[in-house]
Amino acid sequence: MTTATTELKQDLIDYAARLADDTLVLGHRLSEWASKGPFLEEDIALSNVALDYIGRARMYYTYAAELSGNGKTEDDFAYLRDERQFQNHLINELPRGDFGYTIARQLFLDVYHTHYLAALKGSRDETLAAIAAKGIKETRYHLRRSTDWTLRLGDGTAESHQRMQTAIDDLWGYTHEIFEHDELEQRLIEAGIAVDASSFKAQWLADVKAVLEEATLTVPDAEWAVRGGREGYHTENLGHLLTEMQFLHRAYPNSKW
Amino acid sequence: MQRIPTMSQEQYERELLRRNSNHVELWNLLDEVKDPEIPVLSLWDMGVLRDVQREGNQVLVTITPTYSGCPAMDVMREDIEAALRAGGFEDFVVKTALSPAWTTDWMTDKGRAQLRGYGIAPPDDAVDHQGRETPESKVRCPHCGSVHTQRVSEFGSTACKALFQCNDCSEPFDYFKNI
Repeated sequence: MTTATTELKQDLIDYAARLADDTLVLGHRLSEWASKGPFLEEDIALSNVALDYIGRARMYYTYAAELSGNGKTEDDFAYLRDERQFQNHLINELPRGDFGYTIARQLFLDVYHTHYLAALKGSRDETLAAIAAKGIKETRYHLRRSTDWTLRLGDGTAESHQRMQTAIDDLWGYTHEIFEHDELEQRLIEAGIAVDASSFKAQWLADVKAVLEEATLTVPDAEWAVRGGREGYHTENLGHLLTEMQFLHRAYPNSKW
Repeated sequence: MQRIPTMSQEQYERELLRRNSNHVELWNLLDEVKDPEIPVLSLWDMGVLRDVQREGNQVLVTITPTYSGCPAMDVMREDIEAALRAGGFEDFVVKTALSPAWTTDWMTDKGRAQLRGYGIAPPDDAVDHQGRETPESKVRCPHCGSVHTQRVSEFGSTACKALFQCNDCSEPFDYFKNI
């Protein structure tokens, strides 16, 4: 580790944990579809995508734990932190909603991760770059599916179209904070470690717009925006998610399979 | 069907690494460790086993995960440890390397043939298909050899596979995704 990165060590731990929080919380939301998918193949597909996200979260958490030292493990991060300590972007924690809502969120985030991981692949931090190189292959696969479904539902029946449009309108205000960064991430961006998501916001918008228009859906022009995830200010939904996700670990501390 | 055995550059480099290694007995020992979900395939043939080194008495094994969330990785690590212990080795470390990211190009030709025999179409059995995304049709059926097949789902029973069905023999089968 160079001197510059040693000074940034705490920032790096926090950054890795943030990326892990994003992917774990989203992965958990997707896992809620297991055994509840609209049909078997789709059930399996959503579980597969969930697994990719949870696996990625484990890599980020393991890295954060290694950097932290003191015998910390991935489980300390995932299971023993409270709501205010989670720093995921809010869009990830929103309830899974109906199938259209889940697909709309996946479309937004798959396009986002395609750009984000492509940039993180070039990070000066080798571990983050390696996780990104692995993840981007999976994300490209996810994106094809969320694009196909958006077209099918948006340009489908009146009912499926309406549900997709409602989902897009409901989610839109949560898509702003994912392109913003605070001082911590600014320091890491300057060090060539973190990704500056604002650099691809226009591209994200163009990509999403192209899919939505083909799907006969309308891009919202709403002004509202919700922020706070990176500061640990969450919607009412995260607490409930953590209650369920962390229950077993907290009820039976240190138990092993 | 006649197949001319070809080898990707990446696979060739793996073969060289193994051939030039001083620890043939360790590589051979680890050939006994199979993929827990596809038990005909060794970790070497799968491309998961990356390197075997010795530092003094310590054995250092490097593996790479197939998919980020592959639940079989933990089992693979345990199976490697068990094989080493059974082989009389006490001092060992099994290390996971994320980079370079695993690719199906690392699968050996033998491994591909074994997959086929097990009823799973390997990545190169997507006929007339450029690019790595999973095609909608024309993956050669591992049961009857027909290319008159169609994709049922882009996701299959595990993260590494997609689901197909053969229009001639009607059997469903898994296709090992090309990544």
